[in-house]
Amino acid sequence: MNPPTLPGSTQSAEPPDETVRPSGSAGGVPPRIVNHRANGRDTNVILGRRRRFGAEPVFRWLTTGSGLAVLLIIVAIGFFLVAKAIPALRANDANFFTYADWFPDDTENPRFGIRAVALGTVLTSFIALLVAVPIALGIALCLSHYAPKRVASTFGFVIDLLAAVPSIVFGLWGRDYFIDPVKSLSAWLHTYFGWIPLFGSDGPYGKSILLGSLVLAIMILPIVTSLSREVFRQTPTMNEEAALALGATKWEMIRTAVLPYGRPGILASVMLGLGRALGETIALAMTLGANYLVTFDIVGNSGNSIAANIANRFGEAGDLGRGALIASGLVLFAITLVVNVSARIIIYRRREFREAAV
Amino acid sequence: MTALPVTLRARRLPGFAPWAIAAGAVAVAYAAVYIGGLMGGGGFLALVAAVLLYLVGLGVIATRVEGSRAARNRIATSLIYSVVALALWPLVSVVWTLVQKGTSRLDADFFGHSNAGITAFDANGGAYHAIIGTLEQVGIATLITVPLGILAAVYIVEYGRGRLATAIRFFVDVMTGIPSIVAGLFVLAFWVYVVYPLYSPDGKPGYSGFAASLALSVLMLPTITRSCEEMLRLVPTALREGSYALGIAKWKTIVRIVLPTALPGIVTGVMLAVARAAGETAPVLLVAGGFDSINTDPFIGNQSSLSIYIYQQAGLGSQFGPPRAWTAALTLVALVLSLTIVAKLLARRSKLK
Repeated sequence: MNPPTLPGSTQSAEPPDETVRPSGSAGGVPPRIVNHRANGRDTNVILGRRRRFGAEPVFRWLTTGSGLAVLLIIVAIGFFLVAKAIPALRANDANFFTYADWFPDDTENPRFGIRAVALGTVLTSFIALLVAVPIALGIALCLSHYAPKRVASTFGFVIDLLAAVPSIVFGLWGRDYFIDPVKSLSAWLHTYFGWIPLFGSDGPYGKSILLGSLVLAIMILPIVTSLSREVFRQTPTMNEEAALALGATKWEMIRTAVLPYGRPGILASVMLGLGRALGETIALAMTLGANYLVTFDIVGNSGNSIAANIANRFGEAGDLGRGALIASGLVLFAITLVVNVSARIIIYRRREFREAAV
Repeated sequence: MTALPVTLRARRLPGFAPWAIAAGAVAVAYAAVYIGGLMGGGGFLALVAAVLLYLVGLGVIATRVEGSRAARNRIATSLIYSVVALALWPLVSVVWTLVQKGTSRLDADFFGHSNAGITAFDANGGAYHAIIGTLEQVGIATLITVPLGILAAVYIVEYGRGRLATAIRFFVDVMTGIPSIVAGLFVLAFWVYVVYPLYSPDGKPGYSGFAASLALSVLMLPTITRSCEEMLRLVPTALREGSYALGIAKWKTIVRIVLPTALPGIVTGVMLAVARAAGETAPVLLVAGGFDSINTDPFIGNQSSLSIYIYQQAGLGSQFGPPRAWTAALTLVALVLSLTIVAKLLARRSKLK
């Protein structure tokens, strides 16, 4: 009994011939080794010799230990951050959650709080998502349903390369090049839409929430694109053809067949993009104004985020200052953990999306 | 009586119509915005206005001729293509800026010397020390992560049953989303403050390249485990069962049959993870410290890396710092992109699909 595909196996392809070859190297194994079941356990018995030192249990424990290492690392991250944050939080004279400024190394009364940086983190991520998600979904639809196959695969490759560009390069590009167009855009927005509080600042323009958010949007674009592209691709062809057969135009087919089917996947990809945006550090450290104003004015010279604040203030921080930064990092860890866990729960509910998630 | 002309097909816009509308929209937009100075004028605004005019014009004309459903379809198609064009712009711009600004210091001096004794107001200076640092840190991180990641993936796919396996799988996924700066803070609190004093010559906390490797390992582990897991799942069950039928133990089947079959895919995953890690800045900045001279010992003392070097040089307010940063950025991108491209090409040639 040796069917090419076993019932219950998810594989449809027959194993390629070459892949069998490695077993040839195992051909040196004497046929005396018998793998049989005793007491419901797999055991290796070597006929004619005493039972060898069990490689199987050792290997099994090795792999289990490596798996457990993942859980251990996550627990250890939480533990060490809490351990380092507590002394700083004890010494803090201000309320950690409602105070906006950052003077942890003040010898008289150290005070620091995450109000401004937490608001900045949420604001930059939100604007970045607002810009990136529609564009990313457009690109994903183009790659899965519009562009010819060759073009789509090449372009998908290019998008993946965009994901590989290090964030410091985006930061440098944003600070040295992209800042000029954004300055003009800010001035234009203020001139024509200055009555909206978001565009209230009348300059001089420079590093701003707008600049940081736009750079961030470019950076999360590939993540949202690649996941939602996979989700759109998995739409059952039957559904699509049924819609077309009923006379739907291509766009109606996408609206009635593709988008509803992919909704959980889109949500998950947005959440993953949000997780990435919340944690992005160095690009924001180079493009945000890095002060502690609590403001919704996105064109003015301000803006900060938890991660960018850590990168910017770390060099000058004393012992208490580092504890304060670690405390803010703990908040960031908690936020991203919640966001990521919810994204993964959405993905896990729909089994077919699991394979697509990066 | 002559038969009435019967057409089953709805009326459609002729093929040239969208192009004509586009040309009209561009002409009107440029005349009004670029030349007329409407709303401040400018080339970019004119472009945006042209796209908007085109969409509106197409919508109106197509609704007249083809009906509203077909018009909506046309607008959606045009929107999707213009969005793609919009997304190409940053990529092109980043590459263009990199090449333009990065080539100014692309000389032997840059790759042959460290930055020792070079202040913000000195020309020359190089990134040799930073390149060594990057290679060492990423190399050690790879050595730590690859066995751990592959074994964890083997556990998830081959041995794991029940709740524990599901939990590990789930948290591997969650771990991919841990911000890199948090990994840096963790290693700061753990290695720099707690472990480093145990072995350092003066017994004080300090930075080291190895701490950076640890931080990178935390970031690489989930990526490698994840991709390796996927590859192991692609190995046909028939191969495993054939091996069992020959009386080969499970661990030997995994080591000799399953892993070699999945090897190309695993290598791809590892290379992608290495590429990501090589570009990380934030965690390395927190725990390696940065240094201007060559330090080849990863365990003791500050070390630099390409990304730290970029960050430090970019922060210098002089005419010499930023060019060094851009050239280092070009080097880093070349390194990362070539790794990525090779990995992707390898993946395409892999037989497991």
